[in-house]
This record gives sequence, structure tokens and C-alpha cells, in this order.
Amino acid sequence: MTRSPPALVALTGAICLAMLPLLAPSYYVSLMIPFFGYAIALLGFNLLFGYTGLLSFGHAMFLGFGAYGAAVLAGTFGIKSFEIVLLAVMLSAAFAAFPIGLVCVRYVGIFFGMLTLAFGMLFYSFLFKFYHLTGGDSGMRVPRMNVLGLEMAQYNKIEFLAGPFYYYCLALLIIAAVVMWRIVHSPFGLHLKAARDNPRKAEYLGVHVHRFRLAAFVISAAYGAAGGAILGFRIGLADPELVYWTQSGQLVFMAVLGGFSNFFGPIIGAFAFTLLQDQLQSLTQYWRFILGAVLAAVVIGFPDGLAGFANGLGRRNPGKMP
Amino acid sequence: MVAFANILVGGVFHAAVLFLVAAGLQLVFGVQKIVNLACGSFYALGAYFGVSFIGYVSAAGLSPWLMMPGLVVAGVLVGFVGPPIERLLRSVYTRDESFQLLLTFALVLMFQDVFRFVWGPNPRSLDSAYLIYGVINAREFSVPVYNLLVIAVAIATAAGFGAFLQRTNYGRILRATAENRGMAEALGVDVRRLYAVVFTLGTALGTTAGALVVPTAAASLDMAIDFVIEAFAVVVIGGLGSMRGALAGALIVGLIRAYAIVLYPEAEVLAIYIIVIAVLLLRPAGLFGRQAT
Repeated sequence: MTRSPPALVALTGAICLAMLPLLAPSYYVSLMIPFFGYAIALLGFNLLFGYTGLLSFGHAMFLGFGAYGAAVLAGTFGIKSFEIVLLAVMLSAAFAAFPIGLVCVRYVGIFFGMLTLAFGMLFYSFLFKFYHLTGGDSGMRVPRMNVLGLEMAQYNKIEFLAGPFYYYCLALLIIAAVVMWRIVHSPFGLHLKAARDNPRKAEYLGVHVHRFRLAAFVISAAYGAAGGAILGFRIGLADPELVYWTQSGQLVFMAVLGGFSNFFGPIIGAFAFTLLQDQLQSLTQYWRFILGAVLAAVVIGFPDGLAGFANGLGRRNPGKMP
Repeated sequence: MVAFANILVGGVFHAAVLFLVAAGLQLVFGVQKIVNLACGSFYALGAYFGVSFIGYVSAAGLSPWLMMPGLVVAGVLVGFVGPPIERLLRSVYTRDESFQLLLTFALVLMFQDVFRFVWGPNPRSLDSAYLIYGVINAREFSVPVYNLLVIAVAIATAAGFGAFLQRTNYGRILRATAENRGMAEALGVDVRRLYAVVFTLGTALGTTAGALVVPTAAASLDMAIDFVIEAFAVVVIGGLGSMRGALAGALIVGLIRAYAIVLYPEAEVLAIYIIVIAVLLLRPAGLFGRQAT
């Protein structure tokens, strides 16, 4: 980011994504929907991981919150407006994250990771075991919803996903990124970084470290739920696999692949991961092995991820925000 | 009352297996400060290899009575995947713990496909051999002798490890290195070698546990990622890095699971995490862990 102005990077990226439906086959266009979902969730995840220095190993919990929230609101209560559902799941995830965060933010490092992992698995086993409420391992159906009040009944689901919904999600991602950009560059964001780099000193200087961490946790939960709602809408199903700990690991994977020390890193990571996984899956049934090898290579060789690699100036201090 | 005793033995059996894996996890964390997500994969590796090994040696004419020692040998043998993996981990010792965690997560992903490639997607079991050692029956109370043997092995391992760490010279060196790596190195301890030894020991504990469990439960692709979560719960409850904690945590988790399955199946997994969260809240360092400063 030191060489190219971030606005230019973002604009180029947005234009490329906007052109994609005109150029690529509709399969790839609809493949981008999960990318948008993950990218939005990861923007929130990285507020916690990259900017606050807290590695959550249970963040898939909030993806699940979004997907199951959408299933309940649209399926059980018949709310067909995606905007209302989106807002509702974000709000309820933020409310749910408040007590969880209150508990978790007292810890950092491995204990924070373990505690979030425990909460994530708690939610998973609730979804998995309480069959009559959540459908157990078969999950819950997420029905089709309208966007901006438009039914778009003339499109079938694939056309809808590859057409209007694609641009809708692109707009959501842009809004999410702009809001997140404002957040991390506000005094609030600076407080978070200060609390990350030297919590004791920050506390001494009057930063309420726990309060700021909690706020970051709640915001990241809302982002996660928004991403989860998009994921659920695309598959048409909310299932417990979305909340399993390996899914949380996958989120961390994407953040590190893209480079969590860069604002756009998580978006790049989500994009690269979605494409990579799709290509590997069509290539071989042993795609996990290759993904694992890629992850190992990134962790060992390129701790700044793709974004750091593209910047081409291996920072002296890997893994820290400039 | 009889059902109670049956469940008790089942729970202790599960705890014995959990303890072996958790002990490996604790050893590696205590000395190398690495939280190894791949411990579940070692467990599964031991299970798969145990099936193949017993199949192979039985075909070569091993008496079925020697199945259990055979499984221990298999577990220890396959534990020697430890050194090359430790070599890989060496590159992240000085890095942030999130990188260490992620590298072991990469190992989890890779092992999943190694199992699929070598042993295929279907579960592999050895259940025909389970009851070869007989069953103890006393009215309605019945317990397979094999389970008792595994519990005995776990107890022997715990005692052996305690003696090794407390009484032998190498054990002292090991604890000193866990305490202060720099100082140990300055006093002439070959820390690189010690790390390789420790990691291999930790791996062998995991693989042996997997090999021992395979007569009672099939080796499957899910077992690695399911088991690691339980092993984590054990070490968090007991306290990271503490052997006594691993024992206590394993008993708590094993017994809770056994009773929850009978009393209230929905809460089988739920109960474990509620305890994990409660312990982390009340005693963040775990029951036997040292309070972090």
C-alpha cells in the first residue's frame, strides 16, 4: 500500500469485478457469490485479527449465525426482504457477540483462540444436536428472498445469482469495505492498534483496552453474520458444517493467504481461496492436501500473504500492521 | 447401579485414550510452546496404521493374543513421522503463535488427504478382534477385558512419564528447557535435538492412543478433526502444559461424555464446552496450569 494509493487499487478491483459478468461464464460469476460472503466476513475478522491482534478460532460461529438467522427469518417468519434479514442478523449477531466478547476479550493469544473455539463448538453442537429446532445435520432451508423489494421472478436461481444478485453483493462488499476503511482509520482504529502493540502502555495512556477489543469483536460479529447470510442465500441451506471449527480455520487461512497486515488482504485472500479451492476440487479429490501445502508455504515463506507479496517489499516486521 | 458401573468403565476407557493424546499435546506445548492442532491427525494415523499393521502381521502368523502388544508396537513405529514434521515446524518457533497454530492446521488438511489416499474414504476397522481377550461378566455388569488393558496401559504410561520427567537426568534437562530455553542452551543442552525428541514422543503418544482405540472404533476420516476438539477441551480444562492437568481433564471429559450420552444425549458435546468455558472463566490457566503472568 505504500507504493500504490489504496483508492486506486480499490477502484481497479471494483471495476474488474463489475466487468466480470460480461466476460466470464456464468459458472464463475455465481462462484463469486461465496467470495463476496467470505470477503465481507473476513473484513470483520481482520478488524479483530489484523488490527486488534486477536486470533479468533471460532469465527465461523457468526457465519452460522447469519445463515441460520436468514433461514429462520425468511423460512419460519416469511420475511422476504433480504435487506431486512441482513440487518436483523447483523444486529442479533452483534447482540449475541456482546456477552461472548465480554468473556473472551479478557484474554489474548492462545487463550482467546481457545475460548472462541469453545464458543464456536458450543454453538455447533447446539445446531447439530437440537434436531427439532435446527434440523440437526440436515440444516435449515434458506428460501429465495427479494432484493431492494424486487422479486425478479423472471430469473431462475442461477441467473439471479449470476446477474442481479452478483451486483447486489458487489455493492454490499463496497459498502462494507468503505465502512471498514473508515473504522480502521478513525481514532477508534488507532486505539485498537495501540492496544494491540502495547496493551499496557495503551491502558496507561487512557485507552480502555477491553472496551475497545469488545467493540471490535462485536463489529466483526456483525460482518460475519452478513457474510453468512449471503453464503446461506447462495446455497439455499444453512447447515452445521458452516460452523465447524475447520470452517473457522479456513477463515484464518484466507486472511493469512491474502495477508492480514494489509487492508485489502482479506478480500484478496477470499478471492484467491475461492478460485483455488474450486479449481483444485475439479482437478483432484486430494485438493485438501494441496490447500494444506499452500497454507504451509504461505505461513513459512510469505507471512505477509499475497498482498505483501504484491507489494514486493518484504516488511522488516512481518505480521504487524504498518 | 449396574448401569452406573458400566458407564463408569466406558468413561474411564475414553479418558484413558484422551489422556494419551493430551499428554502428547501437553509435552509439546510445555517444552516447545506449540499448540499442535495436528494431534488428532496423529491419533487417526495411529488408528489407520494399527489396522494395516495388525492385518499384515496376522497374515504373517502372529497369534491373535498378541494383538494388543502389536498395536502398541504399531503406534510407536508410526510415531517416527515426528522428526520430519518437527523439522517443518522449526521454521516457525520464533514466530507469533497464530502462525504456529496455522501451520499445524495445514498439517491437519494434508493428513486428511494422506489418509484418503492410502486407506481410502471408507472407515477401516479391526472389530473382529475386540473381544478376543474375553469379557468380564458379573450379573448384568459386563466389561471387555480389552478396555481394562487399555486403561492399564494409560496408567502405566502416566506413571512412566512421571518417573521419566521427575527422576531421570534427561527428564530434568527436559523440564529445565521447558522452563528457560535460553539458559538450558547456554548450559550446553542441544535444544534442537531435544525438541525433535520431545515432538517425537508427543507424536508417538498420539499414534499409540489411536492404534489402541481401533479395535473398539473404526478408523475414519472424521476421527482426526473430531478428536482434536476433545483433546483441546482436556488440556484447557487441565491447564496447558501440565501432565497432571491432562489426567484430570481426560477423566472429566471422558466421564461427562459417558454419562451425558446416557442421561441427556443432546448435551453430550455441549456439556464439555460449558465446562471448558467455565474453567477458562474461573481459572484461565486451567485446573493445574500455572497462572500466566
